[in-house]
Amino acid sequence: MGSSLNRIAAMTARYYYILRSSWLRLLEIVYWPAMQMLVWGFLYTYLYDSKSAMASTAGLLLGAVLLWDVLFRGQLGFTFTFLEEIWSRNLANLMMSPLQPFELAASLMLMSLIRLVIGTLPVLLLTWLLFGFNVYAMGPGLIVFFLNLVLTSWAIGLVVAGLVIRQGFGAESLAYSIMIVLLPLCCVYYPVAALPLWLHPVAWSLTPTYVFEGMRAVLLDGTFRADLMLECLALNAVYLAIGFSTFVALLQSARHKGGLLTMGE
Amino acid sequence: MNHIERFLPRRHLTSVSSPSATPAQANSSGRPNPDDTPAIAVEDLCKKYRSHWAVDDVNFIVPKGWTVGLLGGNGAGKTTTIAMIMGLVVPSFGRAMVLGHDMATERHKVLSRMNFESPYVALPGRLTVRQNLTVFGRLYGVANLKTRIEELIEDFELGDVLDRVTGRLSAGQKTRVAVVKALINDPDVLLLDEPTASLDPDRAEWVRGRLRAYQKRRGATILLSSHNMTEVEQLCDFVVIMSHGRVVAMGRPQELAERFKCRDLDEVFIYLARVA
Repeated sequence: MGSSLNRIAAMTARYYYILRSSWLRLLEIVYWPAMQMLVWGFLYTYLYDSKSAMASTAGLLLGAVLLWDVLFRGQLGFTFTFLEEIWSRNLANLMMSPLQPFELAASLMLMSLIRLVIGTLPVLLLTWLLFGFNVYAMGPGLIVFFLNLVLTSWAIGLVVAGLVIRQGFGAESLAYSIMIVLLPLCCVYYPVAALPLWLHPVAWSLTPTYVFEGMRAVLLDGTFRADLMLECLALNAVYLAIGFSTFVALLQSARHKGGLLTMGE
Repeated sequence: MNHIERFLPRRHLTSVSSPSATPAQANSSGRPNPDDTPAIAVEDLCKKYRSHWAVDDVNFIVPKGWTVGLLGGNGAGKTTTIAMIMGLVVPSFGRAMVLGHDMATERHKVLSRMNFESPYVALPGRLTVRQNLTVFGRLYGVANLKTRIEELIEDFELGDVLDRVTGRLSAGQKTRVAVVKALINDPDVLLLDEPTASLDPDRAEWVRGRLRAYQKRRGATILLSSHNMTEVEQLCDFVVIMSHGRVVAMGRPQELAERFKCRDLDEVFIYLARVA
């Protein structure tokens, strides 16, 4: 157990070294979420001031954008940290070391969390200072929303990392594109009721749906839907297990296929 | 069963080569082999990619404490064979054992006792040499890591680049750092793929000296792939030559030269590349 923690710490240190090696990289982590927040923040201000029927939903919009970004950036942070190993042709070094797959996954999760905090905190501050939108109005539920979205982002990140190991650079674009598939289905900006009936089961099979429904319940009705969050946590546990199993299976498949040694060439 | 029968190749090799010395005799240090479990045992090893056999029924054994050269032209199957010995590729048939463990299924039991260096793999370029060595030292669970890094850095004369970013080093410096990384955990089994490929002749000779010294001090087993026949002659007790995924000859460098009526291993290599 001790040596396992030591290896996870070693890998996290390795990713931390990369991060701090370039201020541009640090800036990039903050840059995109900040730019996105500016656009949506101005829209929020416009709607809020318009005194129209839309004014009451302006906060929902901004909350949804913030939480969607947690999901999106969490996945990107996980996958991009992993892709560093491919780009630097270091994967075989790691695969040949005593590092176990779950230790690699744990260090990627930790790094995704660190990147998320670096990227999200300044944006939350910006949102509050510029637009007066206090994300903490969501109350303690915010922590559960955050946790659930991060867990989902890791489950997806594990599958993408596995596919990159199995398929090589061809699967790299999934790092950017896979989340877009979820966007219309997990009801980020509208309630599940807005979807056609036949899509409801699909929406409820996706964990972010529970979070965004929960967020709307908090912001519109002032109620925290603990039932939704518990269901979401249970579903996330299943998805995380599936994600890790898929990662290990794809890694094993890559060992049969060959190419781990020359990956990144 | 004598040492030859026990340690040396069992099948095609015996028909191509008939080594005259026993492993114990060939071991330059004269050390007896501590036990009969070979460091590396490759048994009926095959790898098929679609319809192409990259490695086809390869058999050889590397006794503990030996340095064995794995030679062959481009596409001969050396890298795939090494990848299977490392457990990075699962054989289609047969098995590769390291220190008694099947690398397809039990590699985690032995990974901390082996290491490798390959031109296909690089150390993360954005990290400094010290950071890279620290990360890998911790991954391998090296005790007294700081001291170990200092020893190796001094040994390989890399003190002036220790805090430089690895990606900005010269090709030769990168190669030396990669060799240092391969030695970080004092491995019992060391796999080296072209370890001196990007070094000038003087520095290459110097690195070979360091590797020889390490092998002698540690009693380590080295499997070396190289196109540099001088290097192979200098370092290796025994040589396995591959072509088109198969082993076409094996023996001691001098023996092979005599058997194929060549002046040196270079000529043997060229001869076999043309006729095999």
